Amino acid sequence: MTLDEIKQEYVGKVGESVLLEVEAGAIKQFAAAVDDYNPLYCDGDYARSSKYGTIIAPPGFFGWPVKFIPGRAPMLAQLFQDLTKDLREAGYPVLLDGGIELESFVPVRAGDILMCIPVIKSITKRETKAGKTMVISIGERDYVNQNGTLATRSSQTLINMTA
Amino acid sequence: MSSQLYWEDVKEGGEITPLPKVATTQMLVKFAGASGDFNPLHYEDIFAREQGMERPIVHGQLKRAWLCQMMVDWIGEEGWLKKLSCQFRSVDLPRFMASLTDCKDGETWQCKGKITKKYVEGDEHLVECEIEVDNGKGEKTTTGTAVAVLPVRSA
Repeated sequence: MTLDEIKQEYVGKVGESVLLEVEAGAIKQFAAAVDDYNPLYCDGDYARSSKYGTIIAPPGFFGWPVKFIPGRAPMLAQLFQDLTKDLREAGYPVLLDGGIELESFVPVRAGDILMCIPVIKSITKRETKAGKTMVISIGERDYVNQNGTLATRSSQTLINMTA
Repeated sequence: MSSQLYWEDVKEGGEITPLPKVATTQMLVKFAGASGDFNPLHYEDIFAREQGMERPIVHGQLKRAWLCQMMVDWIGEEGWLKKLSCQFRSVDLPRFMASLTDCKDGETWQCKGKITKKYVEGDEHLVECEIEVDNGKGEKTTTGTAVAVLPVRSA
């Protein structure tokens, strides 16, 4: 596919939704990996006595990659995997993480079940000072909880470059 | 946890309490497992070199998580981190390990920021901040912005 064909195929495309169970153990493991020992993430007794009533997920828990259950879901949403594969085959093999915007609307608690809905918002091309060409894709994910409330939205910038 | 910060206590231009962080090769392995980001760019030498890097690099999302940690620590439990965005300006290389638990000497990253705007919107008392991660040379390798709701003393 050419870049123009890729844009036509993907911009505005909504990917398959994925269900995500927010596990207390996964939250603790994430916090430990970041070296962030906030008791709201790690200490069940403390969290139960807080206004949240249970362990909550840190804001950085969401974004790219989504915290899927290891082995049961791909690192990237299938839609984003398909896009990066097509970009790689179109001559942009180097994938970099350009940044992210996270919006938090309500707390995400251990035990919540979130529906993650991915969509490609835009794809643009830019030349770098080093003479390389980069394709900048913006992928958005909404995380809707079991009550139908939008809990978190992430907007991810993926950069595919010529080698 | 630090003591609670209130909206009345902050002013535009004021600094966010900085957060020093150290990234190690071990931390990258832990973060890959905990986040599900198994991009070999973060743990495999040959793959990283083929991608044009000197060696495996620190996850951008780990630096983002550091910035979230700095903001949440600063605003306290009664605050709410409403929005955070960051852009990864340049790559960072983790410290090597010296033993099973300790890393070798090397750079320490500094997460920091300042308040750019203090305002009220509806019933929310908000602050907007510029945030960044600086490497050991003081270069900004990640920059961004954050918006947080702070509690008010009068409430």
